[in-house]
Amino acid sequence: MTSFVKPKIRRSNEPLNELGLARADYEGNMSTLCAGCGHDSVTAAIVRAFYELSIPPHRALKISGIGCSSKTTSYFMNDSHGANTVHGRMPSFATGALSANNDLATIGISGDGDSLSIGLGQMAHAMRRNVNMLYMLENNGVYGLTKGQFSASADFGSLPKKGDPNEFSPIDPVAFALSVGATFIARSFSGDRKQLVSLIKAGLKHKGFAIIDVISPCVSFNDHKGSTKSYAHTYEFYSKAVHADYIAPSQEIVAAYDEGEVMPVELHDGGYIQLRKIDNSYDPTDRGAAFNRVMASDNANEILTGLLYIDESQPDLHRTQNMETRPLNEIPYTELNPGAEALSALQSEFR
Amino acid sequence: MKPTDTGNPDYFHKVVDCQWACPAHTPVPNYIRLIAQGRYSDAYMVNRASNVFPGVLGRVCDRPCEPACRRTRVEEKPVAICRLKRVAADHRDDIRDRLPKKPAQTNGKKIALIGAGPASFTVANDLAPLGYECTIFEKLDKPGGLMRSNIPAFRLPEDVLMDELGYILDMGVELKLGTPVESMSALLKEGYDAVFVGTGAPKGKDLGLPGRDECQDNIHIGINWLEEVAFEHTDKIGEKVLIIGVGNTAMDCCRTSLRLGASDVKVMARKPRAFFKASDWELEDAEEENVEILVNHSPKAFVHENGKLTGMLFERMEYDLDEAGRITDQRVVGEEMIPCDDVILAIGQENAFPWIEAEAGIEFDKWSVPVVDKVTHESTRKGVFFGGDSAFGPLNIIWAVEHGHQAAISIHNHCRGLPLTDRLPDQINLASAKMGMAEWRYSNAFDDAPRRKMEHVELVERFKKIDTEVELGFSAEQIATEVQRCLNCDVHTVFEAPLCEECDACIDVCPVECLSITPNAESEADLRAALSASDPTVDQDLFVSSALPLTGRVMIKDENICLHCGLCAERCPTSAWDMKEGVIKIHHAADQLEPTEA
Repeated sequence: MTSFVKPKIRRSNEPLNELGLARADYEGNMSTLCAGCGHDSVTAAIVRAFYELSIPPHRALKISGIGCSSKTTSYFMNDSHGANTVHGRMPSFATGALSANNDLATIGISGDGDSLSIGLGQMAHAMRRNVNMLYMLENNGVYGLTKGQFSASADFGSLPKKGDPNEFSPIDPVAFALSVGATFIARSFSGDRKQLVSLIKAGLKHKGFAIIDVISPCVSFNDHKGSTKSYAHTYEFYSKAVHADYIAPSQEIVAAYDEGEVMPVELHDGGYIQLRKIDNSYDPTDRGAAFNRVMASDNANEILTGLLYIDESQPDLHRTQNMETRPLNEIPYTELNPGAEALSALQSEFR
Repeated sequence: MKPTDTGNPDYFHKVVDCQWACPAHTPVPNYIRLIAQGRYSDAYMVNRASNVFPGVLGRVCDRPCEPACRRTRVEEKPVAICRLKRVAADHRDDIRDRLPKKPAQTNGKKIALIGAGPASFTVANDLAPLGYECTIFEKLDKPGGLMRSNIPAFRLPEDVLMDELGYILDMGVELKLGTPVESMSALLKEGYDAVFVGTGAPKGKDLGLPGRDECQDNIHIGINWLEEVAFEHTDKIGEKVLIIGVGNTAMDCCRTSLRLGASDVKVMARKPRAFFKASDWELEDAEEENVEILVNHSPKAFVHENGKLTGMLFERMEYDLDEAGRITDQRVVGEEMIPCDDVILAIGQENAFPWIEAEAGIEFDKWSVPVVDKVTHESTRKGVFFGGDSAFGPLNIIWAVEHGHQAAISIHNHCRGLPLTDRLPDQINLASAKMGMAEWRYSNAFDDAPRRKMEHVELVERFKKIDTEVELGFSAEQIATEVQRCLNCDVHTVFEAPLCEECDACIDVCPVECLSITPNAESEADLRAALSASDPTVDQDLFVSSALPLTGRVMIKDENICLHCGLCAERCPTSAWDMKEGVIKIHHAADQLEPTEA
C-alpha cells in the first residue's frame, strides 16, 4: 500500500516520444500489489514498450482475467480501453473484441493460475486460432491472491514458504505454446527490463498470437530459499538464447549480417524483428529444434529466455476467417445493418 | 566507479541545497517542519543557533538559499524560506529563558570587538556564555551596524533589531556606544586577549565626473545618505531624484527617497537588466512603488546652473551579447540629459581602515584589503581577527554571522593556547524516519501548491511614515500552505546494497526517474547514460552503491532531481532504501573540545 498518489512531475529535459508524450503519460493508477512484486516491474516494462512504440493510449486494448497479475491492467495506460473479465476467460473476450476491431494494439495480462489452471483450455484455443494479440503470462508459481498455494507452473520439488515440497509435474507455458501452435513464443524475467521491453515491442508488432512467459517473483509467498521462482534463483539460473529487437519500418536494419548471429524477420507492418543470437546453435524459426532445446534447458535447470520461436508466415484469425478488416464502429450504419429485407433474403437461403 | 562515501557529512549536506547554500548552514527543512507543527519558538531557536538573527534575516536576508532550493527543479519558484523564517520570529513566545545566561563568573579573558554590527555581535553571542568578557566599541550612538544604518526601517523595524541585539547584550556583553576606536596600536596596548574587527565596508564609492565638485549639496553617497536618514539627520530630498547604480543599496535609496518627499525617482543602470546586482525581489518591491529603472545609461557628467544641480548627462549604450548572455561589444549611440534635483550614488562600497597604523603589524594587500586567513579569520598579527565586510569586502549579513561564528572558534582556541586549525569537523547523524507501513514522520506527499505571495501595506499608507513596515508577514493560511511546499531534502534516501534483491520497484515508482540499476562503469558519464534526463550541468552528485548481491550491478541515483517523496522506500520490499533524517552538526565555539592533558 502506498500513502499517496505518485505525483506527475514534468521535467524540463524529460524525453518525449513521437507523439510528444512522456513515459509518465503511459502510467496508470498506483499499484496496490505488495512492494517488490515482479508484476509491477512487468507493468513498468509494458509502459516503456508502449511509450517507445508511440502507440496512442486510446488505440490500445488491455484485458485480463482474475488474479494478482490480472489486477495490473489498472496500473498502466489509464486512457486505454480495457476490461477485467471472468477468471481464465480473457482469451474469449479478446477474440470477440478483436473480431469487432482488429485495429487496436491488444495486450492480455494473465498469470500462471489464470492461464494454466482454470483458463488452460481458453489459452490453448486462442493460440491455435492465432488471435492477433500479445499475451503476457506473469508466472510466479503460486496463487498469491489466495495466500501462496502452488500453481500449475510450480516446479517439481520446489519448496513452499511453509509445508511440503511440490509433488506434481509443472506445465511449461513455452513448451505448451509450441505444441498448440502459437506463432511468437518468448520467455523473460521481470528483473531483465531491457530484454522484456524488446520482447513486448516485438510481440505487439507480431501479427498473430504472441506469448511472453515472464518469470515474475512473488515477494510475499514465493521468494524464499528452496523456491525456484525467487529473485535469487532466477538471477542464478538465468540464461539468454536469442535477443529480439523491433525495428520500425522507418529504421534501417543491420545491412550485412552474419547468419549465425544476427537475423531479421520481416513483419506485416514492413518493420523487422532483428534477432541477435547469444547462443549460435539456436534456431528460433525451427519449431522442432526449439522444442528440443527448451526441453533440454528444463532438464538442466536452466531458465532459457529470449524469443524462443517465431513464425511470421501464419495468417491470424481475422484473415483465416476472412473477417471485415475495418473496425465495426467505423462502418456506416446502413451497411452494418442492411435492413429487414436483406435479413429475410439471408434467412430464405437457409430454408 | 567506486561506491559513494555517504559517511562524509558533506555528501548528504550537499543534498540539502538550501542548507548547503546558506553561509551559516541553517537547517532549513528542519525549522520548516517545526513551523508546520506550530512550534514557532522551537523553529526560532533552531534558526538562532545557526544564524543568530532570525527576525532580522527573516526580513532582509540576501537569501542564497532560495535560488538553490530543490523546488526550482520542478517548478519556477522556490519555497519562501526567508518568509518562513520571519514566521518563526513573528510568532515565537518569549524565548529569553532558553538563551544562555550571563555566566556567574568570567574566565578572565578580555575580548575587544570593534563595530557593533552582525559580525561582532555573533562573536559576542558565541563567546560571552563561555565566560569571555566581551566589549563592543561602536562609533555611532546606536548599535546594529549596517542593519541599522543602511537598511531602512520600512524593511526592518527598529524593535525587531533591538530585540535580537538585546538577547546578546543580556549575556553580559558590554556595549560602548559613541566610542570610535581611533588607533589600533593604542587598543592593542590595553591588554585585550584578542581583538576582533567587524567594522564593515563603510566607504561608499564616489563618481569623479565633471561637475561633481560644483554641486556637493545635491550629490549624495548612498550608504552615507541612508545612515543620515536612519539617524534622522536628513528628512527630505528633492522632487526628482536619480539613483546611480542598481544594487540592493540603490533599491533602499530609491524607496527611501519616495518616503522623504520625492515623487519622480529613476534608477539609472549602465547595463541591461540581466546584469543588475539587486535581488529580484528587491527590484520587484521598488517597481511596485513606481520607481522607474532605466537601462543602458552610462553617467557622463553632472549638469549644474549657478552652482545648483539641474540634471545629469548620460551616454546611451548599446551592447552585443553572445549566446551565453555575456557582453562581447559595446558602443555609445547617443546622449541624454535627464533633469533632477538630487543624485544618490549607490555604486558600491569598500572597506577602509584609517585607524589601523602601519606599526600595528597588520598586513594589507595592494588594494588595502587586510590579509586574513579564510578559515581562521586571523590577520597577520596573532590575536587580531577580522570578520564581516571588513574581512574580504562587502558580502551580506548572513556571511557576517558565519564569519563571526568562525572567528569565535579561533578566538576561543587562541585564548586556550590551542592551534587555530584545531576545529571540530562537521558531523551528520542519520535516524530513520519510518513510523510504520507507508508512514513517515515527515509529510512526504508532494504538494503542488504554488508559492504564496507576501501581502504588502497599500501604497498610499506606506508613504505616510518612513518606518511603516511594508511587508505584512504570512497569514495562517499562507503558512499552512507554504510549509508543505518544502520537499524535506534533509530526509535522505539511504541505501543498503546488501539488502537489495533487484526487483526494480524503486526505479519504477520514482516520479522523477532518478534511480537505475546498471552494470558499473568507469566514468560518471557512462553511468548517467543509464538514467533518463540526467543533467550533469547541475552541481549535484551521482550516488553509486557498492555491488548488489545478486548480479553485481550497482544502484545509481541522481541526487539532482530527487524529490525526497520516499516512494522508493515505501515500495522497497527489503528496506534496502530507507528515509533517514540527517541532522548535520555544525560546530560553534561552545562545542569545541577541551584541551587534553599532556
